Amino acid sequence: MSIATPTQNPQSYLAAQERWRPVEIVFWLAALLPFVLFPDYLTLASQIAITGLFALSLDLILGYAGIVSLGHAAFFGIGAYTAGVLTKYGWGEPITGLLISAAVAALAGYLSSLVIARFRHLALIMITLGLGLLLHEIANSAHWLTGGSDGLQGMQVWPLLGMFKFDLYGYTAYTYSLIVLLIVFVMARRLIHSPFGLALRGIRENWTRMPAIGANRQAHIRKIYTIAAAMAGVAGALLAQTVGTVSLEAISFGRSADVLVMLVLGGAGRLYGGIVGAMIFMIARDQFSGIAPQYWYFWIGLLLIAVVMLLPNGVLGGLSALINRWRSRS
Amino acid sequence: MIAPIAGVLFDGIAYGMLLFLLSVGLSVTLGLMNFVNLAHCAFAMLGGYVTVTLMNSYGWPFFATLPVAFVAAGAASVVLERTLYRRLYRASDLDQVLLTIGIVFVSVAVAAYLYGTTVQPISVPDYLRGSISVLGVNLARYRLFLVLVAAVITVVLIYGVEHTRFGAQVRAAVDNQRMARGLGINVDWTFAVAFALGSGLAGLGGALAIEIVGLDPYFGFTYLIFVLIVVSVGGLGSIGGSLAAAILIGIADITGKYYLPDLGAFLIYLVMVGVLMWRPTGLFGRR
Repeated sequence: MSIATPTQNPQSYLAAQERWRPVEIVFWLAALLPFVLFPDYLTLASQIAITGLFALSLDLILGYAGIVSLGHAAFFGIGAYTAGVLTKYGWGEPITGLLISAAVAALAGYLSSLVIARFRHLALIMITLGLGLLLHEIANSAHWLTGGSDGLQGMQVWPLLGMFKFDLYGYTAYTYSLIVLLIVFVMARRLIHSPFGLALRGIRENWTRMPAIGANRQAHIRKIYTIAAAMAGVAGALLAQTVGTVSLEAISFGRSADVLVMLVLGGAGRLYGGIVGAMIFMIARDQFSGIAPQYWYFWIGLLLIAVVMLLPNGVLGGLSALINRWRSRS
Repeated sequence: MIAPIAGVLFDGIAYGMLLFLLSVGLSVTLGLMNFVNLAHCAFAMLGGYVTVTLMNSYGWPFFATLPVAFVAAGAASVVLERTLYRRLYRASDLDQVLLTIGIVFVSVAVAAYLYGTTVQPISVPDYLRGSISVLGVNLARYRLFLVLVAAVITVVLIYGVEHTRFGAQVRAAVDNQRMARGLGINVDWTFAVAFALGSGLAGLGGALAIEIVGLDPYFGFTYLIFVLIVVSVGGLGSIGGSLAAAILIGIADITGKYYLPDLGAFLIYLVMVGVLMWRPTGLFGRR
């Protein structure tokens, strides 16, 4: 999104932002293409949708509110383990499982937001990192509940709506993930284009001035952090339900770092940044899956350095800068 | 009863001294420039691999490799500082985190490519092996040596910072960078030198760490978390703070491993989050 031009009043500015653009509709229609073009890759497509949702949740706090988190996987993991444990102990209904996971993750998010909202800079980075690592250790040592490093085994997910079984080809999984992604995306889109979303951007841009004009900074941050945690929990629950198992990796530092990379690659502070970043990252990882993971890290590292140095607003930021330049020339 | 506790304390202090060597450079450079350098431990890893290569492929004695590890890590850090880091001094925390994490990723891959993913063995001289018994407490000689080295370096560092011209410039720049510039101190140059020295110390720490914790390509990640904990608990730009925090974390970790092995690293993370919530700028931080 380009820098806002001051219009006659804020309501009409927000309403103009809120309008769906044709390119967005094309994007969501294109999300249906895997069903016809790549039916062998539906499992990957569903993983991309889930990871995109996770990246979107990070975008809300990082891209819009400016909270750098190195421990966002904590909420993803809480959602995944909640859904997994529910399913393992007799309640395999997916949609209520999703909602319960979101509620549990939101509660965890709210509790940690009480701490998070008070800090900035290095202390903030370290506290998010520390909380994430703490939860990872808890999940690792609570072997009786989570299965520890062996992963959570023995999940029985019931068919979706009682009709659609989760099949081996990922047909149900992708449909389900895509619909959930779309619903949550529309909600996030509404949120970002509301006065509340504008206040978040204000906090990101000027930490000290926002309280001076009467915005309750800490309350705003607590709110968005809780919402983002709930969304991350939904993403985690989706992964648990579609894959049928939860590994310790779901709550690891690696996952927090990966999602940060994806978001920055796509472009933080843009609604589609996380989803586009997840697409590029996951497809690249799938294509290069033949090489050993340590060499995969080489390319990711190089990519990160290049993005920071050359494309400070990610792929989408670079694209929109190109388009703007082309428009102003013609 | 006393002997086992003293033994655990000693091991904790030795481990803390190692953490101190690894982290003191980061503390000073973070305090100076506010640059979040997550690649600090990659320089430590470089020092470690320099020592391994010189000892195993060229037959150098252990002690001769240590200065080379120091110089190599310092030199590598200056190259990166001049080419990449300096462009991001005014950038956001996020950009700095991403750039330096990118460097760690690359360092992991390069180390794995050159040396494989196995843990590298070295053999320290005979007189550093085994242990001596003092008042019924077994003290491993290598750990004793580690404590000694760290103590000497601490004294040199504190003397250097408190009583030399360069040290005064560093302190001035940490306290108030704009004022220091106004007084004609070349803060960029001060920073480059402090950065090289800090990374060199990390390289030395990496070389000394091999005997205790081993060396593999993931060193830069594994110890990054410990180093960040030490720095944020100790407070930015404070040598004494880093030392105190390193010893605290070292003892907490070793005690946890001996008496509560099920908890894993839980105890350290708890200490860190607790200290930061109580004092966001660390135990000895001023800002």
